Amino acid sequence: MPLRPLEPAPVPESVRHADPPSGPEDPRRSDVDEWGRSERVRSLARRLYAPVYSKWFRAEWEHLERVPPEGGALLVGNHAGAVPSDAPVIMHGIETELGRPVYGLADYFFRKVPVVGTLWSRAGGIPARPDNAYRLLHDQHQLALVFPEGVKGPSKPWADRYQLRRFGRGGFVELAMRAGVPVVPIAIVGSEETMPVLWQLPQLADLFGLPYVPVTANMLLMGPLGIVVPFPAKLRLRVLEPITFDVEPHRERYQKSRVMEESERIRQSMQAALYDMLGDRRSIWFG
Amino acid sequence: MGGRVLVTGADTFWGGRMIQALEADAGIDVLLGLGTRAPMVAFERAEFVRADQTYSILSRIVNAARIDTVIHTFMLVDSTQASARTIHEVNVIGTMNLLAAAGAPCSSVRQLVVKSSGLVYGSTEMDPATFTEETPRARSPRTDVERSLVEAEGMVSDFAEENPTSIVAVLRFANVLGTGIVTSISKNLARPCCPSIFGYDPLLQFVEAGDVVRALEYVMKRRLSGTFNVAGAGRLPWSEVASICGTRLLPLPPVRPALAIAPLVRLGIYGFPPELAALLRFGRGMDTSRLVDAGFEYRYTSAGAVQAFARSLRLHRSTGRRPSAYVYEHDVEQFFRHSPSVDRLVDTPDG
Repeated sequence: MPLRPLEPAPVPESVRHADPPSGPEDPRRSDVDEWGRSERVRSLARRLYAPVYSKWFRAEWEHLERVPPEGGALLVGNHAGAVPSDAPVIMHGIETELGRPVYGLADYFFRKVPVVGTLWSRAGGIPARPDNAYRLLHDQHQLALVFPEGVKGPSKPWADRYQLRRFGRGGFVELAMRAGVPVVPIAIVGSEETMPVLWQLPQLADLFGLPYVPVTANMLLMGPLGIVVPFPAKLRLRVLEPITFDVEPHRERYQKSRVMEESERIRQSMQAALYDMLGDRRSIWFG
Repeated sequence: MGGRVLVTGADTFWGGRMIQALEADAGIDVLLGLGTRAPMVAFERAEFVRADQTYSILSRIVNAARIDTVIHTFMLVDSTQASARTIHEVNVIGTMNLLAAAGAPCSSVRQLVVKSSGLVYGSTEMDPATFTEETPRARSPRTDVERSLVEAEGMVSDFAEENPTSIVAVLRFANVLGTGIVTSISKNLARPCCPSIFGYDPLLQFVEAGDVVRALEYVMKRRLSGTFNVAGAGRLPWSEVASICGTRLLPLPPVRPALAIAPLVRLGIYGFPPELAALLRFGRGMDTSRLVDAGFEYRYTSAGAVQAFARSLRLHRSTGRRPSAYVYEHDVEQFFRHSPSVDRLVDTPDG
């Protein structure tokens, strides 16, 4: 029993020809980007952090011009101090000096923590995942900051200060190769002394599900305040020569031996720079 | 272009909208709607067939009407609207029967379009900021809806592999906002206060209801195959969504938020399924470039969809009324379709 097709009837206006919202007003009310970063929050953070940066740590850069003024680049730093000050200092320094946003890649652990996770995200923090980094570096030509030592850096004991840990599995090199961007190593001196780790409390860390729970010199001297207040060590940062890899980008995998070799070479160059800078340092507090 | 189309879930919001959209297309000779209850909207020329949830009579219908295109919209994505068992029956068993009918040796089905959801990606702290169609889930699904959708999609991809000559498309939609569709999110946003989880302000992506129908129609007519994310461009924090909709945030404790809001959910004031609890912590972002590159044009961005929804909320608050509901009357439909007394050339349904 075939149905005779009727004349195409008018379909409700809302279904087919809904006009985009009228009026020129932009529906957006915040400036939070697709990563969760907000330039307004960042600029507020920069204003609050400026005295810490210039008065407390008196941060000083060498060769800041080596950070590319445009295009994607993977910034790589040494990570130290129980609650590391290196990430905010690098991000603050580059954003104020070069006027470029820096996205800090860190363990997704932060994302789970209420308030902290949201603030971290608004301030430019991103979970360190290969697909995030690729999109950021390759598709959007941004600066991303990673600490290849990961949690092994800030949790290392005082006796091992300025001894770079293993650089993970060289994932950052593979990322830069895939995205076709240079790696820009940054050596930081002074961060170890901002919050020296004396002991570890692994039982407590297990209990709270934290990556590590240290007892720091700051806690012994300042009590609970020492959890957040670093010592005013002089911070010196040296940007090393950017490294470009002569490989074809966008590949799924790269030769592991090549990746590990490059990773180790970068680690050694940063270690050498640290020793060089420490050799020049006359005082922990005055540089 | 398929001339003999079957739309599942014709009694649901999406099936109804889909049929209305396809009715205008003169290239479609036969348009069948399959549903378990009476349809919510009036059809002009589509025929409605009532079936049980699991579509056990489907293969007979497909063969009898020599259906060549199936649009599978009957997938439950809101766990507040059905029990876990119903969700399983509809999403998994329903899809299974559909695929069995479409894949039978004598079947005439050449094209299958499935309406799935971004829920198949889940929402966890380990997620990437943006899911492409190829990004796997960070964790295996834990809720009934997600599990059933992942399972149903798995069956669809098996079907596509076994029937290489068929065109199979799966569309994964972001959270939908629009006039006329009620989801947990839209229900919450319509209240003076809407739940959030204290300390979290996730980024969400939305798609406008009209764009959902247009995307399904586009994929069907262009005969696209593969998986496609469908979501408006951009994403915005939950706090901003609430602010555009003119509602305040009601922060729930980060520990067991569902328990805290349970009494209000029980009273029917809010919807708070486990999927929403996860979404309100970690959000979800989807890469939509594949469908955009295939030529589809969205009418609304994510923020635009939220704003359009806010406008409809304000309109509803001002006038205090909803569009009058259509009631399916079998005898009336039969009269209009088959009675010799009706002059079908001048007949304008709805009067």
